[in-house]
Order: sequence, then C-alpha cells, then structure tokens
Amino acid sequence: MTAVETAPAASENGRKRPEISDRGRSERRLGLMLAAPAVIVMLLVTAYPLFNALYLSLFSYRLTSPEDREFVWFANYATALSDPLFWQNVLTTFFITAVTVAVELVIGFALAMVMHRALFLRRTLRTAILLPYGIVTVISAFAWLYAFDLTSGFVNPWFGLGEYDWFGGRWSSLFVIILSEIWKTTPFVSLLLLAGLAQVPRDLGEAATVDGATAWQRLWRVTIPNMKAAIMVAMLFRTLDAWRIFDNVFIMTRGQNDTQTLSFLTYQQTITRTAIGLGNAVGVLLFLSVLLIAVIYIRGFRVDLSQVRGDR
Amino acid sequence: MVERTRTRTRYGGSRGTGRGARATVAVALLASGLSACGGESGPPTLNWYINPDNGGQARLAESCTKAAGGKYRIATSVLPNDATQQREQLIRRLAAKDSGIDIMSLDPVFVAEAANAGFLRPFEEGEKAQFTQGVFPPAVENSTWEGKLYAAPFWANTQILWYRKSAAQKAGIDPKAADFTWDKLIDAAARAGVTVGVQANRYEGYMVWINALVESAGGRIISAAERGDDAAIDIGSPAGRQAAAIIAKLAGSKAAGPTMSTDDEEAARNLLNGPRGGFMVNWGYIWRAQNGDAKDGVIDKSIPADMDWARYPRAVAGQESKPPFGGIELGIGAYGKHKDTYAVEAVRCITSADNMKKYMIDSGNPAARASVYDDPEVRKEFPMADLIRDSINTAAPRPITPYYTDVSGAVQSRWHPPGSVDPNSTPAESATFIRQVLRDQALL
Repeated sequence: MTAVETAPAASENGRKRPEISDRGRSERRLGLMLAAPAVIVMLLVTAYPLFNALYLSLFSYRLTSPEDREFVWFANYATALSDPLFWQNVLTTFFITAVTVAVELVIGFALAMVMHRALFLRRTLRTAILLPYGIVTVISAFAWLYAFDLTSGFVNPWFGLGEYDWFGGRWSSLFVIILSEIWKTTPFVSLLLLAGLAQVPRDLGEAATVDGATAWQRLWRVTIPNMKAAIMVAMLFRTLDAWRIFDNVFIMTRGQNDTQTLSFLTYQQTITRTAIGLGNAVGVLLFLSVLLIAVIYIRGFRVDLSQVRGDR
Repeated sequence: MVERTRTRTRYGGSRGTGRGARATVAVALLASGLSACGGESGPPTLNWYINPDNGGQARLAESCTKAAGGKYRIATSVLPNDATQQREQLIRRLAAKDSGIDIMSLDPVFVAEAANAGFLRPFEEGEKAQFTQGVFPPAVENSTWEGKLYAAPFWANTQILWYRKSAAQKAGIDPKAADFTWDKLIDAAARAGVTVGVQANRYEGYMVWINALVESAGGRIISAAERGDDAAIDIGSPAGRQAAAIIAKLAGSKAAGPTMSTDDEEAARNLLNGPRGGFMVNWGYIWRAQNGDAKDGVIDKSIPADMDWARYPRAVAGQESKPPFGGIELGIGAYGKHKDTYAVEAVRCITSADNMKKYMIDSGNPAARASVYDDPEVRKEFPMADLIRDSINTAAPRPITPYYTDVSGAVQSRWHPPGSVDPNSTPAESATFIRQVLRDQALL
C-alpha cells in the first residue's frame, strides 16, 4: 500500500542519484536492521500461510483421506467460479456490504457531529457511542438473535408482530444480520469521521457563515469536502470489514435461507467438509476480492492512508 | 490535556500493583503448566472428550477411575454443543495426530469417517464380543466399518411421538393405533388447531427426520457407501418422493409451528408446551426434561401428566415405521499413548451394563444394551422403556459412509426450507446434487 505514496519518486528517474554520505548509509543500515524483525515476523505469519493456501488450493484434498490427495491444477477454481452458489454468496456479501457501509456512513457522520459539537458530558457521550464497538461480535450476534427470536425475543411483542419468524426467510434474516452489523460497527466509522471533523479548520466554517452560507451549505460545501480523505479511509476499512462478515451469519442463521457469505462459504468447505483444496480455492478467491476492493479504493478513489490513522 | 495528566497520576499507583498482580498470575500459570507436564509421575491420565450432558459422563469417569484402583485416571473434556461442531473439533485434532485424545464420545454417523481416515483404533476380534453382546443391532452396525468394530456403543437413542393426551382427544385420534401415519397425524392436528413439532432447521436434526421418513417409506438415501463417490444414490426413489410429500404437507399445513424452518429439538419441545401444543417427534431425553422443568416451575405442572407417547408415525399405511437412530459410541484415538491398554479397559468399564444403567438413570439417555430396559429401577423412571427399546431395535441408521457430512449437507441444502420441498423435483434434484458434492464438483 505504501507503493502509492512513494510513486512520485519515479519521476526523478532521469536524474543522477545523489551521493549518499557515510552517515546516510549507516542510518539506512540501522533502519533496515530495525525493520528486519518485523518483516521476518510478517513473512512468517502472513506470507507463509498465504502461499501455503495457494499451494493447497491446487489439490483435490480431504483432511480425512490424505492418501487420496491429487494435484488438479486450477480445477478447484473452475468448480468454485462455475458454481451458482458461489455467485449467490458474492451477491449476498455485496448486498450486506453495500447496505451496511452506506447506512453506517450516514449514522456514523451524525454521531461524529454530535461527539464533535457536544459541549457537556463529552466523555460520557463518547463512551456511550463507542460502547457497542467494544462488545465481542459473537456476543452481540447472540444478543440480536435472542432479541428477534420468537420464544425468547422482545421484538415481536413490542411491535405486535405476533408469530413472525425473522429467521425463516432470506430478507428478514439479512435484515437482522445487517442491523446487528450496523449497531456493532457504526461507532468505528464515527470515530474515524470524528478524527476527520477535527481536522477541518474552524475559520473556514466561520468565513462561510460571514458570507451568508446556511448550515446545510456549510456541511456540503465546506465540512465534507475538507474531510474527504477521512471519509474515504472510513469507507475503505468498513468495506473490507463488511466484505469478510462471518460471525453474525454463523451465529444467527448458519447460512440457511440463502444467507451464506463468502467467508462462511470458505468455512463450510474447509472446516465442515474438510475439503482443504476446494476450501482454500474459495479462500484465495476471497483474498483476491479483498485485494481488488483495496486497489479500487486506493487507486480509483486515491485514498491516502497517511491522512487518517485508524485501526481496528 | 490537563485531564489527561490527572488521569495518569490517578491511575499511576494502581497500574503498579496491576503489573505485580499480572506477574503473580503469570508465575502461577507457568507453575501449573509445569506441574501438568510433570504430572506423569502419578498414574497415567486418559483424556475422554465428551459431548455436553448433565455431568453424567464426568461421574462415570470418576467411578471408573476408582474402579481402576490407581492404574489410571480418566479426565473429561467437554466438546461443543452440536454434533457437527463436535466432529469438526475432533477431526481437526485427529488429522494433526493429537496424542492427547484417548477416548471420545462420537455421534454414530461420524464413526465411519473417522474409521476410514485411520483416526480410530479398531477393536481386536477378541475384544469385540464384550462390546457388542446384547447391544442393539443398529448401534453395532453404526460402530462397524469394513467389517471391523471401531467404536463401543455407549448409549442409544431414538425418536418417538410425544403428544398431549388432551390434544389427541380433541383431534379425535389414537396415535397408538396400529396404522397411525403422518398423513393422519397432520390432518387431525390441523383440524384440531394444534401443532406437530419437528426438527426442520438446517442442521443434522433435519437430516434425522428426512432419513427416518425415507426409510419408513421403504427406501434409502444412499447405499453401497463403501464405493466412496460412486455410491448408489437412491433419494430420488418413490420412497424419497413420499418423504418429500409428507414434509411439504406439514410445511403447508396449519399444524406446522410458526418457526418450523428453524426449529430444533428444544424449539419443538417449547411448541408442545405452548398453548397450541399437540404432537412432536423427539428423542428420549424429553421425559426427563419435561419432568425436571415441571419440578422447577419452568412449565406448568399439569403438562407431564397430560403427556403420552407412541411409536414414530408411519410414512405409508401398512408398513411399520423405522424410527431415527442416535446416541453415542466411544472411540479410541489411534494416536493415544495408552490406546492398546488402559483406554480399552476404561471403555470396557464405561460401557458395562451396570454403568449404562447408571448413566440412563442419571442423564436420561437410553442405554445401548437391551437388558438394561428390564431393570425395575429403569422401568420405574422410564414408563416408556419398552417403546424406546423396541424403537431402537427397529431403528434405521442414517447413511453409513465416510462422506457423511457431505451427504447430510447436500440433502439439507436442497430440502431446506421445508416450505420449498416439492415431491416432484426436490428428491431428484438432491440426488444429482449429492453426486456432485461427493465428487468435489459443487460447493456446499
């Protein structure tokens, strides 16, 4: 990802490289030595599993019959890509991602404004808003499952829905999954947006007020354009997160009624069926799709990750 | 900024003690870890991986440890709640040749897979008799793979029809009548405005129902399983269509529960205890659970007294039903240190008729040996003991194949939700799909 930031250096290709002083050289060596442990650990924990998955995805391989292992080239990819279930899951994942990111952006922005503008009870307010984000996803998934459950839930009696079975249909199940996802991760978005809001210089807004701009105009013409970087970073992180959704689906529906997502599909092949080859092929495809999303955001929308820092 | 500095000083002191406490905990953990490693000086420990129950298996482990007289001790580790996840954990550990698994409580359907993969130690010819004599035939059949016994039947299970006497009266039917079919049951329940509880969530319990219906109609889901992915797939047969017709009929009837497509065993029990409760097919644990709940005040005290039971309904008139088969078999890990000595001894102790009886009374789970059902104590605790024994005796196991998870997953995928089942297309479609999944040509 840093490649994007160093790209301008390429334009200096024609010029002769400046001489490096002894001090510069030793500093560079020190830098490499300091970075080396981290790079080695990264290679061990990220690159090795990645290449191993790539390698395993070329086999027809069952954990329960290791002796039947057979090299099949890209047959697993062909199976996955030609399977309607794969594309249906891509669509489900896309739907969940699109809805959650859009809704979270709007609500997250509103919450960020509240946190930014609040004059009193600031810390209590921020804690309250961030609380859902501190809850383990599996636990929040169970909480939402039980809330909408017919026997133990309070949603149906509250809204007079009688015996409506939320988890009995595709769209109603997805609705609850999405709701839970939004509740859980909006605080994350609002946190990133709050950082963006704090970066917008106050004088700009004041100048616009003097020029007679309405609040709405100030929001759209001054605040939002000035925090575009923060918005794009928030969207990037949330899209990547939402695309890998697993916990909510696993706890609430176990993929029934066509609510399977790509991560769940990978789990199903690798862990449940112990079809290591096929499962890793789906896993690699999931990885490639994540990569594609990152590239689209960074190249297409020119997201500069150095603008806002936020980690999960 | 001022606030931040204040915070730092305020928590400065406590942070120091926190670090001290953490160090103490770390040392304690380290010490306990070391003592666990050095524990070999005492009697060897056998690890028994158990499915969650009311503590009955742990108590058996204790009593068998005592019986061993210091030769070995049995420690239990609890597996996840549902059968599919229990298998996932065991298979993953066994594939990594985990020597820490000495004994495991296995769902019968997963014995073939583990045996075929070489994860289980087969019992020798000389050992076989003590684990199979007087044991229900379906339990032995499920524990056997390619002629060898790979697991010792521990307890056996079956489903029967549980119902409220008042509901049957209202519906004007006698579920104990000789020719009682699913058709009659669904029609009568719909007429009387009561429900028929089943397990139709997309999970193993739904497969149990489908298999029992197909078998009761005289068919099979697959056969010749030993041929691997060339096994004969018979679910598209007339028996499969009859099973689909029954499921479609219930799903489209007023007798279905409101959450039929997500109902598991406990949801069906809740339905029976609810205001529209009428009938349900469910396992043997129901009697114990209902009486316990009535005692604790969870359900009305009048409900157990209103309950009765009958054999699993027939799929076709004039043909005896084949109830589902379940339970637990004990397998011995192929990589355990004591697999040929203490593990066999421990399994012998756990599966003795005496201990099976003890476990049946303790946990409510039916024994795998028929003789236990003649015991007066058991008969007093389980008024339906004869029915359970006869049901297990004539129960139809689910397909015995190393690819069971694939077969079950493929069936569930095409037959769920029950409301979408069409007798004319679903069985045939699922037959094609099972073949594709077995050959790794489709995702699941």
